[in-house]
Amino acid sequence: MPMPKLLKRPTPAAPNEPAPLSPVEAATEAGLTVVDWIDERTQVSQGLRWMMFRKVPKGINWAYTLGSATMFAFLNQAVTGVFLAMYYRPSVTGGAYESIRNINDNVFLGQFVHGMHKWGASVMIILIFLHMGRVFFFGAYKYPRELTWIIGVVLLILTLAMGFTGYLLPFDQRSYWATIVGVNINNTAPFLGPYIGDFLRGGPEFGATTLSRFYAIHMMLIPGLMAALIGFHLYLVMKLGISAPPWLRAKEPEAVREVVEV
Amino acid sequence: MNQAEKEQYLREYALLKNEGKPFFPYAVAKDSIMAVFVMIVIMLLSLLFGAELGPKVNPTTTTYVPRPDWYFFFLFEVLRVMRNVPKFTPMATIGIPTLCMIGLFLLPLYDRSPERLITRRPLALASGLATIACIAFLTFSGANTGSPNQVNLPVPAGLNKAQRAVFMAGEVIVGESGCEGCHELGSNGNNGPGPPLTHIGSRRAAAAIAQTLKNPTAPMPSFANLAKTSPKKFAELVQFLSDLK
Repeated sequence: MPMPKLLKRPTPAAPNEPAPLSPVEAATEAGLTVVDWIDERTQVSQGLRWMMFRKVPKGINWAYTLGSATMFAFLNQAVTGVFLAMYYRPSVTGGAYESIRNINDNVFLGQFVHGMHKWGASVMIILIFLHMGRVFFFGAYKYPRELTWIIGVVLLILTLAMGFTGYLLPFDQRSYWATIVGVNINNTAPFLGPYIGDFLRGGPEFGATTLSRFYAIHMMLIPGLMAALIGFHLYLVMKLGISAPPWLRAKEPEAVREVVEV
Repeated sequence: MNQAEKEQYLREYALLKNEGKPFFPYAVAKDSIMAVFVMIVIMLLSLLFGAELGPKVNPTTTTYVPRPDWYFFFLFEVLRVMRNVPKFTPMATIGIPTLCMIGLFLLPLYDRSPERLITRRPLALASGLATIACIAFLTFSGANTGSPNQVNLPVPAGLNKAQRAVFMAGEVIVGESGCEGCHELGSNGNNGPGPPLTHIGSRRAAAAIAQTLKNPTAPMPSFANLAKTSPKKFAELVQFLSDLK
């Protein structure tokens, strides 16, 4: 594919005739110098070229956008989550509930951003299951992409854990009682159950520490893990290549066919 | 997959990849359109349904019915189905989900056949569709489950209109009193520690039922107070229970 005109380097002026630079040209030149300076030290353009201009196999269809759509929903959760965290107070007595009420009622676009975070979670869960269905039915988890699948399952579990820990944070009746039930369910697990329960509650009783614990898990521990694993997942996708649709067969290369014809 | 099959796959894939198009701009364009679509859907959902806040936490309440978010309905339903066999509750709450997760996690390790086309993987097709059907069914029935504080029994045949009204009123009182916490009533309530009440009317006469309600065996609470403050309600309750034959 020919390179678009914009991406081509400008042809340098001959060294013996220093053409005077217009302000626009000077600005472009300065920008390129900065980019070159960074590139000389990081060699990032090499990696970018590898990433952007690698080929994707023939026959890629819309089902293949589900993975990136899931990641996009994750980014939506991250951005809206940051804005919610600016107004949220993870305190049982000092008004977790009141701070959400404040977000909904007073903060500019507060309820809209809160709604995007809440509904974005549902959209992300739907997308992650659709993406997993695509990978399953296309047999894309098979050699050499086994590890990509395993990381994907970990990401699914972490996403569900995000849903569970986030449900408590508004601290209304629904979230409180649903979380009590959820923690009690964890408690019934054999051997580890009581320890998981104690860890989640931050003690034997459901109390003030529980909320801040859920808050920390919801906005630091799991998102950090997820971001790292998404990065690894993506790296593997790029390294191994996007799987081809299973119904396609490759054409034999020219050379082989010629030999057959002779 | 043995070594030859692996090499065959890699060769085939390299050829298909070579026939393909560059990631930028072709795949990037599709991904971007999808991203815009996802964003619009999220914004529309937020605008249409908002993010309403329920009543503030009240840890002392005992009548609140907790519900998970919709994507946990299938787990919730497994738990609900298993509630009458307390011995197996941990299996429903932890065992089944954990086994499913391990099964998903290890999928590429136990399914190592080189075949990728779903029409030639009948076992994978069947189990995939069965899993989707199960989750869809459990989510649907979890979503449509009534509150456990509500008792819903078929009205016995042969009651006239007034008797039917008494039956319905008694049913509401049973729900409000939380009887189904310890008694099974048809498909409602828990089997134990109290005896099932589904056919209590055929085992006890109305007078005996009233006597037990007023003077029960611990830990069942007494309804003597209800009989004193609201004899009509108490009579409806007794009539409802003795109608359960």
